[in-house]
Amino acid sequence: MTGSPSATASRGGLPAAFLRTGSSSFVELAAAVAPDVLPGARSAPAGTTNLGDLTPHGTTIVAATFPGGVIMAGDRRATMGNMIAQRDIEKVFPADEYSVVGIAGAAGLAVEMVGLFQVELEHYEKIEGAPLSLVGKANRLATMIRGNLPLAMQGLAVVPLFAGWDEAAQTGRIFSYDATGGRYEEQAFFSVGSGSIFARGSLKKLYAPDLSVTDATMAVLQALYDAADDDSATGGPDLARRIFPVVMIAGPDGVQRVGDEQVGGMVDALVSGRRTRPDGPEAPVV
Amino acid sequence: MSSPFYVAPEQQMKDRADFARKGIGRGRSVVVLHYADGIVFVAENRSQALHKVGEIYDRIGFAAVGRYNEFENLRQAGIRYADLRGYSYDRTDVTARGLANAYAQLLGGIFSSGGEKPYEVEIIVAELGTRPVDDQIYRLTYDGSIGDEEHFAVMGGSAETIAEVVRGSWTDALALGPAVRLAVSALAADGGPAAPAREIGVDALEVAVLDRTRALPRKFRRVAGERLAALLSDAPAEAQGTPAPAPASASTTTPSVPEVELPDVPGSPS
Repeated sequence: MTGSPSATASRGGLPAAFLRTGSSSFVELAAAVAPDVLPGARSAPAGTTNLGDLTPHGTTIVAATFPGGVIMAGDRRATMGNMIAQRDIEKVFPADEYSVVGIAGAAGLAVEMVGLFQVELEHYEKIEGAPLSLVGKANRLATMIRGNLPLAMQGLAVVPLFAGWDEAAQTGRIFSYDATGGRYEEQAFFSVGSGSIFARGSLKKLYAPDLSVTDATMAVLQALYDAADDDSATGGPDLARRIFPVVMIAGPDGVQRVGDEQVGGMVDALVSGRRTRPDGPEAPVV
Repeated sequence: MSSPFYVAPEQQMKDRADFARKGIGRGRSVVVLHYADGIVFVAENRSQALHKVGEIYDRIGFAAVGRYNEFENLRQAGIRYADLRGYSYDRTDVTARGLANAYAQLLGGIFSSGGEKPYEVEIIVAELGTRPVDDQIYRLTYDGSIGDEEHFAVMGGSAETIAEVVRGSWTDALALGPAVRLAVSALAADGGPAAPAREIGVDALEVAVLDRTRALPRKFRRVAGERLAALLSDAPAEAQGTPAPAPASASTTTPSVPEVELPDVPGSPS
């Protein structure tokens, strides 16, 4: 990962490596020219295992497909041990014009990795003149997580959830990852993070493949509420401060964010429903 | 055995300049000009795959004439420069001035070093400011000299003749359609006032804009096919991107995404 002298030698105002015909990957370029800017270039002394205490942890991310694309939503809490480190952190990001990425795990590293992933996709698109396929993007993210394995083993695991509109298949798709870079395609809906067990259980009962975009959004908001209900690290909607989950939709028109005002209105409706039935909407038994 | 000739430095530079100019003069020209909502690039280019105009960064575009492999190399180097800089610092720290300077040093260094042949290229680096007065167009030549152009820039074979035509009709705040038509009519008149104007069709043009009204942070967008034909034929302006509302932010490096309005939301006032 260290830059050789010839790679960093400047030629006029531009390092010689910039002028070499090379790969279309920003990560590979940065590794050759300025390896210190990459998250993977850092490592702690062997034997360190509790680095996780150094950075806040992001918690629950939920994604669900619907006929017009895929929705991703995340709560707004970051925790450090029993402390709430940040109550309005944003953990769902547009990866490019047609895909979104949500993060759980070590927040500092995860946000940095999202930034790198965004540049990676944009860089490829500009150099090649065409964007990567959705699966290609998912694979690039897997490679980047694999590079983080040493840090993951020392307690700084990053667990993203990736989703996007597949232009070729004309459908929304979801990909999950493990800390070793394993990539798994998920069907219909998925959730990651500390509250994911509860969120997934909730979605299992509320989800239907033919939900409208509004109903699917409501379903993921309900799932996040259920996650916050049972997991202390997941933040519920903050009605006093009007802090609501970030909701993004990737569809044929690209990535769009559902405005805070609308999410607020939906959360108000959700919460007033819970006043009569705190466990949320009832699903039929058979 | 012959001894090496002495060549005076003046003569050497002149030879190298002539060589580069000859290479550039063979290609078709490119016109870059300001219009009401930003900057438009118009190139005569029969290839749909080998671009003369490209995106460098959020608000920075690139255009070139001359040898394809050389300016393609420069374009990729520019993207690498911009992306690495934007990633290490911030997206707002990537400027056309910095990039143009880097290009100028590179081209100048190669032109005056005896060991290599000079690049046979001319390039334009244009940047969209937040306000129209902040827009910038830099033109760089094969020897690394750099010019800060006002209103418009032309480069390529018959740059002077074409620039005359553009200068005659350019006004402030042209709409996109008239701006593209002006550029195309100027490119078509490259034979000089005496020669009849050539016919340049949609498939021989490469057009792109840096569009201030675009909601996404990346302002560069290609205009081709039916939309270009509509612009050329003065068809009633199709939806030309109404100024978008300030988008919400949820990102580190890509600062914004447009907002969407969901239908039939429970609990909404309507």
